[in-house]
Amino acid sequence: MRQLLLALLFLAAVAPAQGLPAPDTLSNPVEEARARHLQKELRCLVCQGESLDESNASLAVDLRRLIRARIEAGDSDDAIKDFLVSRYGDFILMQPRFETHTYALWLTPFGVLILGAGIATWVVIQAKRRQQGRDRGRP
Amino acid sequence: MTGEIGELALCLSLALSLVMTASGFAGTRAEAAVARSVANGAANGLLVFVALAFGALVYASIVSDFSLLNVAQNSHTLKPLIYKISGVWGNHEGSMLLWVLVLAIYSAAIAASKRGGARLTSAALGVQGLLALAFLAFILLTSNPFVRLDPPPFEGAGLNPLLQDFGLAVHPPMLYAGYVGLSATFAYAAAALIIKERDWARAARPFMLTAWIALTLGIALGSWWAYYELGWGGFWFWDPVENASLMPWLVATALLHSALATERTGAFRSWTLLLAIASFSLSLIGTFLVRSGVLSSVHSFANDPERGVFILAMIVGAIGGALALFAWRAPSLQSGASFEPASRETALLLNNVFLAAAAATVFVGTLYPLALDALTGTKISVGPPYFAITFAPIFIALLVLVPFGPRLSWRKGDLVASFRLLAPALGIALVVAIAILAFTAPRTLFGAGAFAVAAWLIASSIVDLRARGSQALKTRALASMLAHAGLGVTLLGVAGTTLWRSEALEVLGPGETTAIAGYTLRFDGVKAVKGPNYDAARATITVLADGRTIAVMHPEKRIYPAEGQDTVETAIRTTVISDLYLALGDEREKGRWVVRAYVNPLAPLIWLGALVMALGGFAALWSHVRITRASDVAVAEPAE
Repeated sequence: MRQLLLALLFLAAVAPAQGLPAPDTLSNPVEEARARHLQKELRCLVCQGESLDESNASLAVDLRRLIRARIEAGDSDDAIKDFLVSRYGDFILMQPRFETHTYALWLTPFGVLILGAGIATWVVIQAKRRQQGRDRGRP
Repeated sequence: MTGEIGELALCLSLALSLVMTASGFAGTRAEAAVARSVANGAANGLLVFVALAFGALVYASIVSDFSLLNVAQNSHTLKPLIYKISGVWGNHEGSMLLWVLVLAIYSAAIAASKRGGARLTSAALGVQGLLALAFLAFILLTSNPFVRLDPPPFEGAGLNPLLQDFGLAVHPPMLYAGYVGLSATFAYAAAALIIKERDWARAARPFMLTAWIALTLGIALGSWWAYYELGWGGFWFWDPVENASLMPWLVATALLHSALATERTGAFRSWTLLLAIASFSLSLIGTFLVRSGVLSSVHSFANDPERGVFILAMIVGAIGGALALFAWRAPSLQSGASFEPASRETALLLNNVFLAAAAATVFVGTLYPLALDALTGTKISVGPPYFAITFAPIFIALLVLVPFGPRLSWRKGDLVASFRLLAPALGIALVVAIAILAFTAPRTLFGAGAFAVAAWLIASSIVDLRARGSQALKTRALASMLAHAGLGVTLLGVAGTTLWRSEALEVLGPGETTAIAGYTLRFDGVKAVKGPNYDAARATITVLADGRTIAVMHPEKRIYPAEGQDTVETAIRTTVISDLYLALGDEREKGRWVVRAYVNPLAPLIWLGALVMALGGFAALWSHVRITRASDVAVAEPAE
């Protein structure tokens, strides 16, 4: 049993190394910072809930390389995102775009806030009117 | 035998919940004193039998009784005792049983407290009985933890190693104490609608506060766990499971504030009822999201729909039934409040507007992608950037207004006097903003703003408390002052880590060093270590500052052979004002390992703040119980 465990441990240790941009880091620090920033705005497609920046999946490693290759080739951030969206769909963007099928998503928070503020104003006006009525009712 | 005892206890519990429902509702008639004592007895009996069933499952897990399918699937003989116990609620069946156990505890507490009079208590027990009935039926029909396995396997499949952790052992019970605690508030609200009782909020307040404290601590525990266990140095990921717990918290916070106004002046009566219904509904939705598998994929839910459909039906029944009751009865309970625009009532109203908008944001952010996928097949992601643009400004705006609330009097407050009193706190906030802009990098308005708001919250709590005249007034204000200052402390932590975090990611061999935020980290190699049910690669990293050794840290990577998974065990050295956080990655070449290091300034304040908020909750609970006890003695209710 113990040998089996050790063998397992060994297997895990020599398994293909994953998930590290270190050897693929761009030498230009400004470009590297752009790559890191982009990585954080893109979702890992394999392990949901993690960004490309955090993921250990091999697809994420490939995409991190691809982002760097594109940056070196002189593409803008938006061009890189457009390319990834055309390849993998909207799902890859951590921040959904503002378009027809996301209007409701983007407008609800502030819509509720404005609606709530409207209702609150109305309630306060009513309460003020009643308060005046009470004050007048008093001798 | 254990399995049979457990199953029998569950069946008896189901019968008792039926009795509790029927007698509880029958007891709402003034003359039905017998029905009321039956309901009380049923509530106590329910607690005994559900506890027995739960105890049976815990026992089966401790003795590794693999003839139970649930134990065989989720336990292992080598697992340490604490995780054999906590593993009971680490899986679907067991966690549902825990849910019902907490429900039974709250029901017995309602029966014992008799707050709000005999008829209100009876109706509330009826509602609790109905909830227990639905959940027990759910367990027995779709999620029975006592199903036998023949022949029993020699060894169990083990528990997800990520869950074999102290934080996650206590996180679910705490969260459930909050989720299910809101059922008590919900039961009182529904009971009030049934018997047309106007003053239910005072009776429900201790339950409301208990649930809120537990939710606050439960969410903080979950976030702390994610921080030290996942190895990414983050504390909140806007993950749907996290969001599912945040939504009830936001609405319960709104409820606590709105109920205050209802209790004191009778204002916002129907709105408070609606919030009580909404907060528990969101608990149910949270349970559904986490338990039905709908989150991992809309399609996995469709493939195995039995449980999901059952919970969905319960949600629709509970929410729909409560809302119908609300629409029918609430108008008769409504009373127009009267107050000036500058008053405590207006402040509480604004608090509710912002919290409702914040909750709505989390709600759409969590459910929109699911709905869009189900309806159109379009997949989108709603990640942290979305919440940074929507939730953050709404919540920060709320925090700016917070200190004015407690300074304004009921009905007619003095805004100018409040400004004048809080001026020193405003001054401190401005000084903090300028100092942050002048002395720290990166120089951002967001950073200065966040620190200024945090300072404003903490300073104004202190200023306000000092301004309260007598000791008695100070004691009464202590609860809100602590809770509000706690928000400020948490905000300090969030802002500090977000703005100033440094990170280093290196491949290091023995003797090699890397630098991060003034520290030098020397990698001294990795050793194989054996744990009770795992094998670990344990790194030794020496931390140097100015050439002197200040700490030796041991981040680990563990492999759990039984479960075939590995986990990251971070090493964190905290000074309360800053965390040095190390995680060990994979081995790159022979003897050279990936090391991830973060320095997270102010990070511990995130959870310290939550603790301060919870203390505020305890202070409120304590003073409420004391005050009601005093007034109960003054106006003793006539005996039945």
